[in-house]
Formats: sequence, structure tokens, C-alpha cells
Amino acid sequence: MTPPRAAVSTTATRPEHRFKGRLFDWKLLLGVVGVAGLLMLSLTTGVYDVFGAGDGGQMFAITRIPRTIALVLAGAAMAMSGLVMQLLTQNRFVEPTTTGTTEWAGLGLLTVMIIFPTASIIGRMTGAVIAAFIGTMVFFLFLRRVSLRSSLIVPIVGIMLGAVVGSISTFIALQTDTLQNLGVWFAGSFTSVLRGQYELLWIVALIAVAVFLVADRLTVAGLGEDVATNVGLNYNRIMLLGTGLIAVATGVVTVVVGNLPFLGLIVPNIVSMFRGDDLRSNLPWVCLLGIAIVTVCDLIARTIIMPFEVPVSVILGIVGAVVFIFLLLRQRRRA
Amino acid sequence: MQKKIRRPGTALRTPRVTQVRHGASAFPTSAAKRRYFTILLVMVVASAAFGFGLLAWNNPAPYGSSGFWRIAEMRTTNVIIMAVVAFCQAMATVSFQTVTNNRIITPSIMGFESLYVAIQTSTVYLLGAAGLIAFSGTPQFLFQISVMVTFALLLYGWLLSGKYGNMQVMLLVGIIIGGGLGSVSTFMQRLLSPSEFDLLSARLFGSVTNAEAGYLPIAIPLCLVAGAALWFNARRLNLVSLGRDSTVNLGLNHRFETIKVLFLVSILMAISTALVGPMTFLGFLVATLAYQFADTYDHRFVFPMAFFTGFVVLTGAYFVMNHVFYAQGVVGIIIELVGGSVFLYVILRKGRL
Amino acid sequence: MITLTDVAKSYNSEVSIGPVNLQLPAGGITALVGPNGAGKSTLLTMIGRLLGVDRGAIEVGGLDVSTTKSKDLAKIVSILRQENHYVTRLTVRQLVGFGRFPYSKGRLTLLDEEIISRYIDFLDLGGLEDRYLDQLSGGQRQRAYVAMVLCQETDYVLLDEPLNNLDMRHSVQMMQHLHQAARELGRTIIIVLHDINFACHYADRICAVKDGQIAEFGTPEEIMSDDLLSRVFETPVQCINGPRGRLACFY
Repeated sequence: MTPPRAAVSTTATRPEHRFKGRLFDWKLLLGVVGVAGLLMLSLTTGVYDVFGAGDGGQMFAITRIPRTIALVLAGAAMAMSGLVMQLLTQNRFVEPTTTGTTEWAGLGLLTVMIIFPTASIIGRMTGAVIAAFIGTMVFFLFLRRVSLRSSLIVPIVGIMLGAVVGSISTFIALQTDTLQNLGVWFAGSFTSVLRGQYELLWIVALIAVAVFLVADRLTVAGLGEDVATNVGLNYNRIMLLGTGLIAVATGVVTVVVGNLPFLGLIVPNIVSMFRGDDLRSNLPWVCLLGIAIVTVCDLIARTIIMPFEVPVSVILGIVGAVVFIFLLLRQRRRA
Repeated sequence: MQKKIRRPGTALRTPRVTQVRHGASAFPTSAAKRRYFTILLVMVVASAAFGFGLLAWNNPAPYGSSGFWRIAEMRTTNVIIMAVVAFCQAMATVSFQTVTNNRIITPSIMGFESLYVAIQTSTVYLLGAAGLIAFSGTPQFLFQISVMVTFALLLYGWLLSGKYGNMQVMLLVGIIIGGGLGSVSTFMQRLLSPSEFDLLSARLFGSVTNAEAGYLPIAIPLCLVAGAALWFNARRLNLVSLGRDSTVNLGLNHRFETIKVLFLVSILMAISTALVGPMTFLGFLVATLAYQFADTYDHRFVFPMAFFTGFVVLTGAYFVMNHVFYAQGVVGIIIELVGGSVFLYVILRKGRL
Repeated sequence: MITLTDVAKSYNSEVSIGPVNLQLPAGGITALVGPNGAGKSTLLTMIGRLLGVDRGAIEVGGLDVSTTKSKDLAKIVSILRQENHYVTRLTVRQLVGFGRFPYSKGRLTLLDEEIISRYIDFLDLGGLEDRYLDQLSGGQRQRAYVAMVLCQETDYVLLDEPLNNLDMRHSVQMMQHLHQAARELGRTIIIVLHDINFACHYADRICAVKDGQIAEFGTPEEIMSDDLLSRVFETPVQCINGPRGRLACFY
């Protein structure tokens, strides 16, 4: 019995579903062009005159290019991990910030920083990823044990859970006089993304590829253990896989960039609002929109109080909250 | 069975010879009632002990001297503030959980704290450091409370009224608005000068020990009025706790009751936040314990239990931290940690939400 | 008498009601039957004013449900929905005691306690009255809910699928209790039922609902015909004479 095989055959028996939306069409091309334009804008935006000054080319390579690559990777990764969480829980209002995953990653990061102050970025990242994994498992455990009257309870509990973990972090930080650092680590910002410090983000590119490959299986697992077992999938293995994907993406992004609130929530929702629920053909759109939103927010963050910058998490927090509330009110009308 | 045909209303009015059975009110059995009053007594005694302990323990001056009383008087303010905070958090959380029909949330995540931070931050941002100093004291306190209550009324009124009024959506929108306001505050804080930021931080890090005692003459009457209003609504709250359908079926206007209670809750939460700053899980901890201790649906018994439990938790935590661990700075966070752990335990143990 | 005049409601994309014109006479048991999604429960909750109407008017015992004060209506009509979850822990007696709220406003008098006892006994819950609801079986809990709405002492009692999740024995017991309440206490009971044979045996009138409209309304004898039921339920139904009245066979 080979579970993955069984999964492939179940989806293959319904070709009309699988190929309903074509993966590539002219609209997607248009989207790619649009995002590319935004990225060009990002490359040319900044206080330093990279084209005029003598060392412009060097500065361009040290700061602008890494920053833009980081935008692409982090945006796509967080949007994807939001999507994975939504698939696994079958709940549209779930993503790393509404389930406490981000706070867990922060706690892991803090713990490593305190126990091994000299830890390398890989060490810090490992701590964040492990903590994010544990946190996500705790949340899924809760979802499995509790029957819910309303799907909206899930993010409420998740945010409370995040607050608990956040208070633990605050406590530790206060005891070790690292409260200020905590604030800096946590505020997502692309300011400090320089050559030599962001390369780890490439790991999340692998996550995006992995999501493409296993998306169908994640959907089946989201329908519950019984359904998954019934179609011959190993439920626990898929849940672990999904949680691992989320944890790695969140952990890496938290360590390199910081907190990017609501991104994983609003992107998949907006995509399915415009394109319906065909998972496979939506995936590239989720990536693109994630990149686009992060890039736009980063541009705002860079220019709004020039020559200074605000953390992109602040802008994203405001924009994300507005979009989230809009989505909620829209759902209320339909429910 | 021998039953005559009867008309409803008049049907079952004929007194029977057998002894009248009881048990539909707060406690099903007299043992349950004894249990309640025993626990309440323990709580009252513990409150008195901790309260007195905070006043008198380790007082450097000899008992009875004028110095003793002067020190005790200063400490009295702290104990009174704890009582006010315990009262606000206990009454507000129990009532809030009842009208929202949900025992795992607290009113403090509904954006109150973020709103508090946002008001303080925008004061500094718009008026500058001088403005913040000028804008303090009683008018500031009243302004703060009225803004918070207005915000709550607008939000609840908007989200709960109309054809699509929905409690869960209201809760989530409240939480998200809280998050959004937090981001706005962070943004404004970025634009402050370092000296302004220092001034602001002092305001935002509220705790029982540096609360502004000057607010008490307004805070206490306001609390009492809101608390009394909730108390006189206790019997209606008992019914509201059965959910919307039962409430309407038994003849109450559910939406009106809900908004009325949320209004009172917002007053209490605004007072508590304005006095000592954010306390996310104190209310949750206190309410959860109070339900266990009181073990009744009747709010007239849950409220007192919750208040004394809250007071014992606060004073006990401060007493232990002051005199055993000498770490009073972290009391607030310790309470948050314990409350948070209880929260985790409760949601993982609960079968249904 | 319950009167519905041009009542219409678009509940969601699947269920839309009306316009419905209907008169349900006082007394006895009236069963609402019909396929899933026909709008039976929606109609019932609108009569019980838990759900507002988009158009039209509903009168219960001469009172318009949308304009009459809710606390006055609570003495005329009571409704029990299918799903009942309470966050508080209640004993059976405390739950039934809530039925007195329209009269006592939460202050139970000796007379209230007396009435509560009577309804607890009426539904054979005497031995269970101090048990908590979460300690009861499904059938016992359902009886406690029904005791609560009967304790409200309203002329009109609306019940939404009270037999849901009950086994054969408990279903029969429940219907016998309701029958008794209609006969001996003079209540008018409107009940949503899924089993047409239960409706035929215990109801005085059957109202068949389909696609948000009243498809048929009449006595069980009138309703229990092959082509009428086949049409309403969109499945072949054959009515035969059983040992105790008509039986619908549809297997």
C-alpha cells in the first residue's frame, strides 16, 4: 500500500476538477509582468542615489538586490504557508499570525539568543523553526480535540494563544533585559536585508515548490482523518509534513525579516474571491499576490517618512487589518 | 395517571398537599449552597489577610506609631487600586463571557488595550511632550474613558445590529481592529523624538504600583455605578447565558440586553486599562476560577465570588512577590503567565466551544 | 389561531420562503412535514419570532409577532429549536425553572416552584431533577427541554424536530407526552417532524411544506394518499392500512 500513489489516483479520476483552470494563461502573464514592474520600482527606490554616485553599482548589489529578492521570497513563503494552514484546517481565517505560530517562532528565536548569545543565524533559525513547529502542533491538537460551533472561533482562540506565548516571551525578555531587542526582532522589516544575511531565505523557495507538489494531499487531510484514511492517505504523515512546511517558512521569515502579519490570510482569500476555489491554478496567483502586497507595503514603508523607514509589519498590519475586516463583513453577509 | 383537562395559565395553580420542592434557584441542593458560602468565606478571609498583609507586613516603623500609619496609608492606595482593578476585571469578564456565550475570551482582547495605547500615542504625536504633560489628570482620564466607551458602543452597535448581526464576527473584528490600532500606534511611535518616546513609555507601562491615585475619586464611583447596573441585571444575565434563542423565547430583547451589558463592560474595562494598563489574562483567570468555585448559573452568586477571587489573586500575587521573592516588578506578567497557562489548559480540555 | 399573511423570507440562496398564507387553528397537534430544505424550520422560527420576516405578517393568538412586545409574546408562544447548547451548567430543575422567566423575571416564588415540579413530573423527570444536563442521555435531555417550554405555560408551543436523535422508544414516549399536553393541558402544539408516520398517528393536522410554500394542509386522512406524498417528497410512497391507522411505505 503506497499512500501517495493512492492520492494521485483519486485526483486523477476527476480530471475535470484538476484541469478546470489552466495553470498558465495570459492573465497570469499579465500578473507576472505587473509584479516585475513593482519589483523594478523597488530596485530603484531608496535614499541612496545608486545610479549617480560612484559606488552606486556596489550599493545596488549589496542592498537593493538582496532586498528585492527577500521581498519575493518572504512574500511568497508567507502567502503559501497561510494557504497551507487554510487547507489543513479547512478554515479561511487561519494563518501564522492568527494561530500563534509567529509568536512561537519569536519565542524560539529569543530562547536561542539567550542560551547561546553567539549563535549563528542558522542556530537562531533552527530554534525558531522548532518552536513554530511545536506551536502549530499545539494549535492543530486543539482543533482536533474541540468541536466548534463556528469557524470564527478558530482565529479567536489562535490569537489568544498567540497572546499567551507573547506574554511568555515578554516575561523572558524582561528577565534578561532584552525587551528592546525583542521589539526590533519582531517588527518585520526589510531594512537590514543585506548581502550575506538574507541568503537563507532561499530555503523558503523550496517550500513553495513543495506546496505545489503536495497541495492536493493537504486538501484531503484538511477534510479530516477519516476522509484521508478512507482514500488511503497517511493522515498523520501529511499533517506533520504540512506543519513542517509552515514551521520552516514562518521560522525562516521571522528570523531573517520578522513578523509579516495577516499576509497569509488576506492573499489566499483575495485570490479565491476573484478566481474561485480551484487550488492548483490558484497557487501561482497566491505567490504573485503575496509578492505584490509585500512589495507595495515595503515601498510605502520606505517612502512614507523618507529618509527614514517604518517597519513593513506596521504597514502590513494596518492594510491587513482593513482587508481582513472587509473579508469578515463580506462573509457575514453570505453566511 | 389522573389528570384533569386544564387550561394553561390557570392549569397548575392548585396547591398540593405534598411538600414544595426546591432547587430551581441558584443551588440545586443545600450541600451545594453550603459549599458556595464556605468557599466565599475562605475568599473573603484570604482577601482580608492579603490586604492587611500588604498594608502591615514588613512595615519598618513599629506598630501603632505615627510612622506605621503613614506607611500603611501609602500602601492603602495600592490595595484600593487592586480592589478597583479586581472589581472591573471580574465583573466585566463574567458579563462579557455571558453575553458573548463564550467562556474562553476576555474583553481585553477586544481592542481596548490597543485603543488605550493609540490614544496615548496620538496625544504625544499631535500635541507633543508639552501637550502630554498639560493633558493629564482628571480631564485626560475622563476623555480616555469616554473615547473608549464611544468606540465600544459604535463597534458593538454597528456589528450586532442589522440583518446580519453576528456575535462571532463582532469578536473577531474587535480583535483585528485592536491589532490594526497597535500597528498605527507603532507607526506614530516611530515618528516621535526620543524624549517624547520616553515620556510615552512611562505612561504605557502601567502597573498597580505606579497607577495614578488621583483618578480614584472618579474611578470608584464610575465602577460602582457600572457594577450596580450589572448587578441589577444579574437575573437577565442568567437568561442571556442560555443564548439568543432561549432569551428571545422567554421574552427578552436579546440585542438590547447585549448592547447594554457591553456598554457597561466597556466602562469597566476602560477604567481598569486607564488605571493600570493592559491585563489580558487576569479577567480570564478570575472568571474561570469563579465559575469553578461558585458552580452556579446565577450571576448574583458568580459576581461576588469573581470579585473576591480577583482580589485574592492580585493581592496574593503582590504579597508573595513583595515579601517572598522580592520581585514586585514582574507581578503583572506572572499573572498573565498563570492566566495564559490556565487558558491553554481550558481550551485543550474543553470538548466544545 | 396562528395566521400567516403573505409571509416571505429569503433565508439564503438555498431556502427562500413564500409568499405563504396559512391559518393554523388553535388546539391539538399540527405537524409540519416536507423534504429537507423546504423551509419547515424557517417557518417555525419565524412564527416563534426568532427570525424576522422580510414581508407579510404573522399573528399568534391575535398578536402580531413583529410588533407585540417580546415579554408579552413569551406568555403566548414558546419555541424550542433543534440545537440547544448552554455554556453554563444547569440541573434539570434549574433549566425548567427558566421557563417561568416571563412570569417571575428570575425571582422564583413558591408558586413557581410548584409549577416547575408539576411539569417535571409531567415529563417523568422527577428522579432526575437535580442531575446536571450533561449527565443525562439524549432522550432525557430532550424531555428536559420540552419540560422547560411547557413550563412557560403558553397556549402555543412550537417544537423543531424534537424527535431528532431519539431512538424508537424515546420518540414514542415524547410524542405521547406531547399528545397528553395537547389533550390535557389544552396546548396548541406545532411540531416539525421528519417521520410522516409519526405525524399521521399523533397529529390532528398535517401541513406539508415544499420549496418554501405550503403544498398541502389537512387532516392525516387527507394527507396520507399515495400521489400526494409522492409528489411532496419526490419519492414513490405507498399508503397502506396498518394495525393502528394508515402507514406510509417508502422503502
